[in-house]
Amino acid sequence: MYIYNEVDQRLVDDRVTQFRGQMQRFLEGRLSEDDFRPLRLQNGLYVQRQSPMLRVAIPYGTLSSPQLRQLAHIARTWDRGYGHFTTRSNIQFNWVRLHDVPDILASLATAQMHAIQTSGNCIRNITCDQFAGVAADEVFDPRPYCEIVRQWSTLAPEFLFLPRKFKIAISGGEEDRAAVRFHDIGARACISEDGRRGFAIYVGGGLGRTPLLGQLLKEFLPREELLNYFDAILRVYNRHGRRDNKYKARLKILVKDLTLAGFARDVEAEWAHAQGGPNTLSDKNFAAMEAFFAGPSYDGKVADEADYLAALQNNRVFARWMERNVAEHRQPGYGIVTLSLKKTGMPPGDATASQLDLAADLAERFGLGEIRVSHEQNLVLPHVHRSDLLTLWAIAASNGLATPNIGLLTDVVCCPGGDFCSLANAKSIPVAKAIQERFDQLDYLFDLGPLELNISGCVNACGHRQSDRPLVCRGADPRGDRETARRLRRHSP
Amino acid sequence: MASIIKNGEIVADPWCLLAAGAEAFATVTVIKPQLLLPLVRWGQERESLEKAGYTVGVWLAPDDAPEALISRLPQIPVIAIQFPSFTDGRGYSLARLLRQRYGFAGELRAFGDVLRDQIYFLHQCGFNAFCLRPDQDIAAAVAALEDYSWPPMADMMGSVAQ
Repeated sequence: MYIYNEVDQRLVDDRVTQFRGQMQRFLEGRLSEDDFRPLRLQNGLYVQRQSPMLRVAIPYGTLSSPQLRQLAHIARTWDRGYGHFTTRSNIQFNWVRLHDVPDILASLATAQMHAIQTSGNCIRNITCDQFAGVAADEVFDPRPYCEIVRQWSTLAPEFLFLPRKFKIAISGGEEDRAAVRFHDIGARACISEDGRRGFAIYVGGGLGRTPLLGQLLKEFLPREELLNYFDAILRVYNRHGRRDNKYKARLKILVKDLTLAGFARDVEAEWAHAQGGPNTLSDKNFAAMEAFFAGPSYDGKVADEADYLAALQNNRVFARWMERNVAEHRQPGYGIVTLSLKKTGMPPGDATASQLDLAADLAERFGLGEIRVSHEQNLVLPHVHRSDLLTLWAIAASNGLATPNIGLLTDVVCCPGGDFCSLANAKSIPVAKAIQERFDQLDYLFDLGPLELNISGCVNACGHRQSDRPLVCRGADPRGDRETARRLRRHSP
Repeated sequence: MASIIKNGEIVADPWCLLAAGAEAFATVTVIKPQLLLPLVRWGQERESLEKAGYTVGVWLAPDDAPEALISRLPQIPVIAIQFPSFTDGRGYSLARLLRQRYGFAGELRAFGDVLRDQIYFLHQCGFNAFCLRPDQDIAAAVAALEDYSWPPMADMMGSVAQ
């Protein structure tokens, strides 16, 4: 995992100091709501229905066990004892108080975390594949590139006031587990014919009220040009994206207006000036970054697997959990464990402070201290030896973290909806709960087989509802489209 | 005389900014001999004004293309970039283009809805002069140039290159 150096740490510390001053001026009436709004949003702070909400960045969905414990500490100290993982692998605290936020940010900074650019019209947190570095089908590990892009985009001074929010996803697998074509920029790892590493670049994807799939802008971008090329895309967007109508301001609309060929021409012209320039990445840059993500040593684990093998035969509940919640690891003898945050009765993606602490314990005891957050709003322990699975399962099960439903109907992907969000026109959590209760019977659920359900409380798409899913459900404005406030649509397969 | 921040210090502003689309200069009464013209008028009136003894700079709206200035860049003393709203980020890209691509070395000024909370980032993009919104505390804005410890115009890649 990446470890902050002095520059990273000073940046987040300075950010806390700056925001503390801004919050103080706001609370004293010396900074107007209009002047403060973009500042607080770029620090992750929303004003919601019942309370302010703080969204904390989890860069490319990766956490260490101390970081997860720090999140538990924040949930306990400043919230109501839980947090909500989002579909962009961030975590939200729904019950913070305004004047506490600078202290929360300072507390995050002690664990190398922040809430920078988790909202606002800027480059948002970079997302990735939750199985990065351990997936069997990986072309190459995308995380070093995610971290390079994170550093480039954090407080990138030219791009803090874009026409609209800007989302970047990078995936490294043959299978695209990061849904890159639903992002403003999506990058997929690929190898050129002459063996060089690079990315296929898609642009203009997005969900929301105008769902569009990203289009292929560049078939192969050599990795050393990653930042030069992203700079070019962002500059064209910043200068020419629409600013007159916030619903027409995303990159997808600019690409549509200019046509893909027109947009590509502008980007190429801009890139031509930067190509090979000072921000070109060197092999040394890549090697230094890759060293942070070198896999653990898997050698030499000699373990007694008799109990595990017996349980697979005799313990039906464990076997079901193995079937749904443990994915294939590239290292023989290891598994990738998903801890389900979709237990019936808990809002999807919510975890209590005790569960966060427990997940940190499990990661340390069985998973080399590493945790991932999936965009399906579950937690992942990426390196667990087979011989530890039975013990891990038993502990997770007694703490509500082992519902064997990954990829099944009750693994609902769901936004916070009308219970919290001021944009929502329908509640989403009660719908999720009712469906989970209706399909709580495991035999039936397994008979139904893999089935994904996405729920959003409005026309926006925090529940990723249009993402080629078989079942979607969203809040609709009955005046707008003469449908009931909750619409369930079945796509033809 | 109004004050601005220039190169980190509070100084009097000798420049008179003329609006776009206003009547021709001959009918305007101007006391200062240093004029900032909007791009179109800069193209039309610069020569005659310089002949009449005025010093002439130019100001750009966010959607102006800076390419029109390139051939005369070394002779332009001031380029000012307008921020109609502090959330309109186009001026940041214009500044980067003028400084990094075209090598403009004169005064690069932000004016309009310019607030102390953005001044650090404007500076990083190459602005060295700031004409703040009238309600802003100019001394506090000077201090805000030090909001972050890393130096302005530092390596854009942060620690990647360390």
